[in-house]
Amino acid sequence: MIVFTKRGLLYLLALVLLLFTGYPFVYMISTALKSQPEFYEAPFALFSSVNFENISAIFEMGLTKYFTNSVFITVISVFAVILFAAMASYPLSRMSFKLNRFIYTLFIAGMMLPIHATLIPIFKLTQTLGLYDNLWALLGPYIAFSLPISIFILTQFMRDIPVSLEEAAELDGASHFDKFWKVILPMVTPALMTVLIYNFIHLWNEFVFALVLISTPEKMTLPLGLQNFKGEFSVNIPGLMMALTLASIPVLLIYLFSQEKVTTGLAGGAVKE
Amino acid sequence: MKGNPTVIDSEAINNNHTAKIKKYRKMITILLFLAPALIVYALYVIYPIITTFGYSLHDWNGISDKVFIGLTNYSRLLSDEVFWISLKNNIWVVIASVFVQIPLGLLMALLLFAPIKGIRLFNGIYFIPFLMSTVAVGMLWGLMFDPINGTINQLINLLGFENVAWLSQKNTAIFSVLLVIVWQFAPFYMILFKAGIVGIAEDMYEAAEIDGANYIQKFRKITLPLLIPTIVTSSILAIVGSLKSFDLFYIMTGGGPNHATEILGTYMYKQAFVNFNMGYGSSIAFVMFLIALVVVIIIQSLDAYRKKRGDSL
Repeated sequence: MIVFTKRGLLYLLALVLLLFTGYPFVYMISTALKSQPEFYEAPFALFSSVNFENISAIFEMGLTKYFTNSVFITVISVFAVILFAAMASYPLSRMSFKLNRFIYTLFIAGMMLPIHATLIPIFKLTQTLGLYDNLWALLGPYIAFSLPISIFILTQFMRDIPVSLEEAAELDGASHFDKFWKVILPMVTPALMTVLIYNFIHLWNEFVFALVLISTPEKMTLPLGLQNFKGEFSVNIPGLMMALTLASIPVLLIYLFSQEKVTTGLAGGAVKE
Repeated sequence: MKGNPTVIDSEAINNNHTAKIKKYRKMITILLFLAPALIVYALYVIYPIITTFGYSLHDWNGISDKVFIGLTNYSRLLSDEVFWISLKNNIWVVIASVFVQIPLGLLMALLLFAPIKGIRLFNGIYFIPFLMSTVAVGMLWGLMFDPINGTINQLINLLGFENVAWLSQKNTAIFSVLLVIVWQFAPFYMILFKAGIVGIAEDMYEAAEIDGANYIQKFRKITLPLLIPTIVTSSILAIVGSLKSFDLFYIMTGGGPNHATEILGTYMYKQAFVNFNMGYGSSIAFVMFLIALVVVIIIQSLDAYRKKRGDSL
């Protein structure tokens, strides 16, 4: 009997938390599938109607443009970060030289840095480079602020690779570049995936730099575009909710297909293997 | 070879020479590998921090010439009421993170190891808030807090209370945003704790069970002490992370009503990019940098002290 009540309490607690974490989503999707009159008639009824008319309205408002902008800048930034971070991690983790410790610390310290401390100079720098209000303006800040966590994760993995593998390649006459491409990188593929997922999710959702460096709607990324929608859609709440739902789909899809990778990836910066 | 000093000499010089070339080559290699990351990092992180300090010593609207005014911006900051409100609200974020969010994350992680069916589903859904963009989260919860059509008001109507304009009242706005912060980031700490719990050896629990320990005893004597490092890490992340919070406040309240939910991030943004007080905005930004620096130094030295003492707490 006591065991039953105990187990019952556990289930109750788990369900309350499930409701707390999950309900806002259900509500968002349910609202997205209502028409405006239906929403004002019964704002709280869940799935009282299911129609997809809002989707076309959202696309007419330019969501597709925000979407392609986000895909473009996120994909390019993520690949650049992976390449740059992996290259930097190689000497930092596997070669001894004077400034090694200093440079490593300099990179890692970036994880603790509040972005706001760099915002005004980056804004001015972007203007000077003639990139203001251009999607490319985001590339520099996105790479720079993704480097610390990426280097942190990759150096940890690279340190664990046995020296004998590198020595074997050296006997075959491999240069440092050969070793990097053919020995080190293939060995850290799982870590590269972690870095890829981590950075994709963060950059897909990034807001502050986009807010400061982009101003015209055609150049906006999704988070900024959603914020822009809010002004124009203030009465059409179901439309707004549809936009939020659609904007969340890419990340949710990644999560659905690689749940474990995503969670360990997102915790990767804090949990040492 | 012994009898021929010139040969030895030339060989030594040769060796020395090749060693130098080798060393030189190695340096070039290291530099080439580091260059792309270092250049971007220097340009977009290191240079801006130094420049922010430079700007903060000027009166500047971002367009016309800068006027050097020394530390005037900083003395102005000290007597700026809104700055102190912002700082206080940042501290509220820390408090909510450390005392609500982290315990909630721990509770969620513990549930994932409880004998409940369908735990994979629970795990999957608990984590979703953390995946959404903060902009989307802010807008979704903005609707949930709506004075007329909001879910929260519907809920308290059921309990017999009147509607509340959560986000536009001074005394409820900050706690509403804090609730959303807890909602969004608790899953992150759940993952950290989950990893921590997985790392605890199973036989410790088995031994405790043989000794007749119950759930609560096992938690207090085994789980909690062994999770202390995770709790420390989480707290560091929460404190440093609070300085970075911006999106949710910006989207949900914009720092209002009447600065009630202003945080350093939103105040800095407003001064620099709405009022174009770039000099003053830079001084706020640099103070944010200094706070982060001091916090990290304190934590590092505490950590060093802890390691020196050589125990787990």
